[in-house]
Amino acid sequence: MLFRILSRDRFRTLVETIMETTEVVAPKKVGVRSDGEPIHQFLPVADFDEMDLAHETTEHSAKTYFLPYRENLSTYAFSDDDWQQEVHYRIQPRAMVGLHACDINALLRLDKVFVRDHFPSPYYVSRRRNTLIIGIDHEPCEGGFCRSLGTDTVTRGFDLYLTDLGDRYFVAVGSDHGFDLLNQVGVAEISDRDTADYLEERKRIAGLFTTEVAVQNLPNLLDIEFESEVWKTWGAKCLGCGSCAMVCPTCYCYGTTERVSMDFSSGSKEKHLYACTVVDFAEVAGGHNFRPDRSTRLKYRYYHQHRGFVEAHDEPKCVGCNRCGRACLTGINPLDVIHDLQAEDEA
Amino acid sequence: MKYLGIDSVRPRIAVFELTGCEGCELQLANKEETLAAFLDAVEVVNFREISSSSSDDYDIAFVDGAVSRADEVERLEVIREHAKVLVALGSCACFGGVSRLKNAFDLNEANREVYGDRPQETLPVRAVSEVVAVDLEIPGCPVSKDEVERIVQHLIWDVPYHFPAYPVCLECKQRYTVCTYEVGLLCLGPITRAGCNAPCPAGGLGCWGCRGPAVEANAEEFLTTVHERGFTNDEIAERMSFFGGFEGLLP
Ligand code: SF4
Ligand code: SF4
Ligand code: SF4
Ligand code: SF4
Ligand code: SF4
Repeated sequence: MLFRILSRDRFRTLVETIMETTEVVAPKKVGVRSDGEPIHQFLPVADFDEMDLAHETTEHSAKTYFLPYRENLSTYAFSDDDWQQEVHYRIQPRAMVGLHACDINALLRLDKVFVRDHFPSPYYVSRRRNTLIIGIDHEPCEGGFCRSLGTDTVTRGFDLYLTDLGDRYFVAVGSDHGFDLLNQVGVAEISDRDTADYLEERKRIAGLFTTEVAVQNLPNLLDIEFESEVWKTWGAKCLGCGSCAMVCPTCYCYGTTERVSMDFSSGSKEKHLYACTVVDFAEVAGGHNFRPDRSTRLKYRYYHQHRGFVEAHDEPKCVGCNRCGRACLTGINPLDVIHDLQAEDEA
Repeated sequence: MKYLGIDSVRPRIAVFELTGCEGCELQLANKEETLAAFLDAVEVVNFREISSSSSDDYDIAFVDGAVSRADEVERLEVIREHAKVLVALGSCACFGGVSRLKNAFDLNEANREVYGDRPQETLPVRAVSEVVAVDLEIPGCPVSKDEVERIVQHLIWDVPYHFPAYPVCLECKQRYTVCTYEVGLLCLGPITRAGCNAPCPAGGLGCWGCRGPAVEANAEEFLTTVHERGFTNDEIAERMSFFGGFEGLLP
């Protein structure tokens, strides 16, 4: 990895340079909770100062810019006895600034599914290829257990990755595009002091983690606890609202709907993200539902995160951001669910 | 008009109103950009919002409003006889709607409160399906014209249409709305059927449940969770009674 030092002023210049030609999406404060805590989302920003890089986390993940909640897959024009299809991929360049390590690790997992697997998705690939990613190190978020999953640091999947050293940024360069940008605004080589400060800062951040989940043997534990009462207890609390999968940075399930215009001259196929906790997720033609009760649906969400994905892609799908736990109105969260399973196993 | 090379039939549709505000009927005449196409696709034989003609020969009857008088019961029975497909249009027709609130009071007292010394003939409020068989219910206060169009396409040309089974929350998430509970207010979204695109939480009002319960709504856990957040049974019951869709699930 190539490292450089970027002053705070030059970082501003860098973002402003990108803004001249490209849409910039970054964490933005959108509201305040009743307990006084700010709420952030990844949103387009028109000005450097609109960004809030001191955000603890964003409610929704960066995924929505690669797998939008709703996306038009194709449109059709009907004529008397023929029809024509049109497909558009989003290719306009975009820059995302302020992604945390878990967000970038989540994109790497999505890449495994939508870029490297048997059926790459051109919709995803075109967005991913045309998005510049600038990540940033940060202190752990509430309930986040990324450190347990090794997703609190990241070494690829970005163009630039910043660690704040107070008066300057220590920058990991992940692509030649990122390197070119740095050179445009002017950067310094790293000194021994910079490296020492960087390592010190990484140590400080790592020391701030208080949440931990033992995930090492989780795939086997999940198999052993397949019939566990734990699923019934937590399943009974599930509202089937799908909020968890919506905000999850790695949940990618979707449904498609076909629509026809009222004058029957055109149609469209639309994709919308879906969730395995929703009542009809596993309902098939003819009306049979393979997962008729809440506990089974919730269980399979955890199975995909921590077992199924491990089998297919050698690592859990979950990156430990706890967005699902924060979004769940009834308090269903991976820390407690996994902890209860482990307690069951030890009992 | 042809769709995929097949000539379409224009079904004859009729629209009737019972006890309600006629807002749902107005919605039918709304969405100007597709209104002409809509009226091309169907033949309106009975709809006083847009035409003065009237006929008893129709395929699809849209009934808007709840049943609250004896003469409405009679009218509804006649409509049921004539219609091949009877659609309950809007929350009043589907659940009784706002006027169902009346059922919580003594009927005579309610009558006096509203009409003073000129009492009107009245019955406890019922949904259309409590009086005659209904083929399809389109909830909403008011209904969304978009949903009506898609259901008409479904009824006539078999274009697939499914009401969303999930609760409103999913649509809130899909439009980045900050959850009403985050700011300490009540919302029925977690137990209400989506499909409206969650405008009320986005507007800061929370959901009032006009579309009735989601499929297998988890009312029990919902009540536990809102109690924990400090809302009282009275507040919750008042909200859940507003459109009449949650009878049987009230705290
Ligand atoms: S957010 Fe919570 S209640 Fe909603 S589907 Fe997910 S686990 Fe269930
Ligand atoms: S499952 Fe939950 S904790 Fe894991 S990545 Fe998804 S939102 Fe984050
Ligand atoms: S956890 Fe559920 S919603 Fe998320 S990707 Fe897996 S099956 Fe889909
Ligand atoms: S505002 Fe209401 S409907 Fe929206 S997510 Fe929150 S609880 Fe669900
Ligand atoms: S958010 Fe609730 S009250 Fe508002 S339109 Fe939708 S279902 Fe009706």
